[in-house]
Amino acid sequence: MMMGNVGLLDFLSVGERVEGHVPWPRYRLDIRQWRALVEQLSTAEWSLMAEWAEPGEVHAALRDEETAEIAVASHPCLDGRFLSLGAARPAAIRPERAIFDLWGLAPMGLEDQRPWLDHGRWPHLHPQAAHPRPPAEAPYVYPFLTAEGEGLHQIPVGPVHAGIIEPGHFRFHCQGEVVVRLEERLGYVHKGIHGLLMGKSPEQAARIAGRVSGDSTVAYALAFARAVEAATGCLVPPRAHWLRGLMAEMERIANHVIDIGAICNDAAFAIMLSHMGVLRERILRANQTLFGHRLLMDCVIPGGIARDIDPEGLALMPILLRTLRKDFNRAVKLYNETPSLLDRTTGTGHVSGSLVHRFGAGGFVGRASGRAHDCRRSPGYPPYDDLDMAVIESLEGDVNARIEVRIAEVRASLLLISQVLADLPRGPVTAALPARGGEGMAVAESFRGEVMAWVRLDDRGRVERAHLHDPSWFQWPLLEAAIEGNIVADFPLCNKSFNCSYSGHDL
Amino acid sequence: MIPPIARMIFHHLTRGPRTERRLPPPDLDGSEELARALGERVRQRLGRSLSIREVDAGSCNGCELEIHAVNSPIYDLERFGIRFVASPRHADVLLVTGPVSRNMAEALKRTYDATPEPKWVVALGDCGRDGGCFAGSDAVLGGVHEVVPVDLHIPGCPPSPSQILAGLLALLDGVSKEPAVTSS
Repeated sequence: MMMGNVGLLDFLSVGERVEGHVPWPRYRLDIRQWRALVEQLSTAEWSLMAEWAEPGEVHAALRDEETAEIAVASHPCLDGRFLSLGAARPAAIRPERAIFDLWGLAPMGLEDQRPWLDHGRWPHLHPQAAHPRPPAEAPYVYPFLTAEGEGLHQIPVGPVHAGIIEPGHFRFHCQGEVVVRLEERLGYVHKGIHGLLMGKSPEQAARIAGRVSGDSTVAYALAFARAVEAATGCLVPPRAHWLRGLMAEMERIANHVIDIGAICNDAAFAIMLSHMGVLRERILRANQTLFGHRLLMDCVIPGGIARDIDPEGLALMPILLRTLRKDFNRAVKLYNETPSLLDRTTGTGHVSGSLVHRFGAGGFVGRASGRAHDCRRSPGYPPYDDLDMAVIESLEGDVNARIEVRIAEVRASLLLISQVLADLPRGPVTAALPARGGEGMAVAESFRGEVMAWVRLDDRGRVERAHLHDPSWFQWPLLEAAIEGNIVADFPLCNKSFNCSYSGHDL
Repeated sequence: MIPPIARMIFHHLTRGPRTERRLPPPDLDGSEELARALGERVRQRLGRSLSIREVDAGSCNGCELEIHAVNSPIYDLERFGIRFVASPRHADVLLVTGPVSRNMAEALKRTYDATPEPKWVVALGDCGRDGGCFAGSDAVLGGVHEVVPVDLHIPGCPPSPSQILAGLLALLDGVSKEPAVTSS
């Protein structure tokens, strides 16, 4: 096989190219070629974008970090097994455990064989497989990893938490106040999205895609719509692209501001949360006026957007932007000039750059530790190709760095919105979606990071298979690393500074 | 030099709070639904004070975002005597979101069992009523009533903070027809 410095597409082209996969190619690899891929991954600068399956076949979306090439490698699992990517790409460990739970395809060589999304409570084992098996006799007892030593104790937390947040279980091993090991157990909000999407029209499926993680509804709807548009060859009018960009940036700002406030609140500095809550409410009300939904759910649809922007709301945007900028700057000044707050955030919850690169973590978690990836830039998509946009990066990797990156991103998004409003093209906002088959794939940068959507439509244009990948898959494991050596009381701070999605991860 | 926090507090002192004064009337449909569940005697015992424990039973987290908004200074839920508490042991009301994933069903039931009597359950959002857009999946039970008895539904996907307020005020008012809020 080829070794050394070879490009992703060159390498995969030994496999059988699958026709009709747009815009990036998909290659089907036999068992020998898949094994070579696993070997190549240990040296190549290729990051894993997502890993998922369908009955009898496993898929891995990969990006070549040097050439920015993107491709999907597929491997038919003839005997229900496939060689795990987990050893070469630790980010693949949890997706592969989920693949076994959902499709029954066994990752060979994967060290961690514990179930992940399956808690032993489903009516079938491997519910997405061609032939699901009868259910488990009783809910599983999950064997948590252990830590041994004098004076160690455990703190179990969740799935029902003290605050108003999503459910998940955290198992802490502590020595006194210091966290020796944190282990997450997720899957509590698994809703069977893969099964729900099958057989739906693109419009119906987009509604579900927009509810995989409600805080990123625009990004999910956008990624899914773009995947469907790629599969069907639908050309979206320019105005729709630009207004989608406007929605995505509104969503980004709304999430960033409230999270910055909430992190400070977890350091017992409540005035920031109050202040940011007011800013967020202004944005949500503007969303309601502009597009008819506070969180912009169901506003992005395959083929365009659900309705054109409200002209009266549009006229008020300059005032909104001005007051947002002013009040946001006031809050940032407060943050920067409160040493007791900075003392809590600086140096807390550190994630190293090497870990971020090994996991291919995106979003502000990656960018705050020196991985300057933003899919609005690479591979890029409209309208960002025509806008001035900087990718914000820090090397510090602590809670403060993640806040700083998000502060800069809010400012960048405000500038992007100004550009969108200044050059908003005229014309229609939807295009008819051709009712035809095909495979499509797309990415969209949510406030949290890169959301990937993959879809296969049948000849009538209905969803045959689809997968939606949340950036949290590659960020959750880093939280376990970030908290190590910190005190238990700083966990809320660290957790909120990541703000991973439970729902998006559990699907 | 004046520190930023002093500036901010001064700003609020001189301009007054940002809190919304116009308030939605209590949701009348909700009141009637509630009249069956909430006797006058019980209402007297609780007075105008409610402690709520929120349970996410598989939501997409959209409902949680709007519940947070109700807690923000704009809607300021606590001025009505309604507050969110950290444990079901302190709660009068469980506010449940989501289509109830099978993986959360036991946790929801156990949270309900841990809540002392008298207690009520409010299902928030379209998923909480019948599973919403997740209905039909094998991995969800399809509505909060599948696991615990529900006293009040607040519809919406997600319900707006005004709708949530209206529903919760209905809960406070119960059978009483008095206006929930007098303008301050």
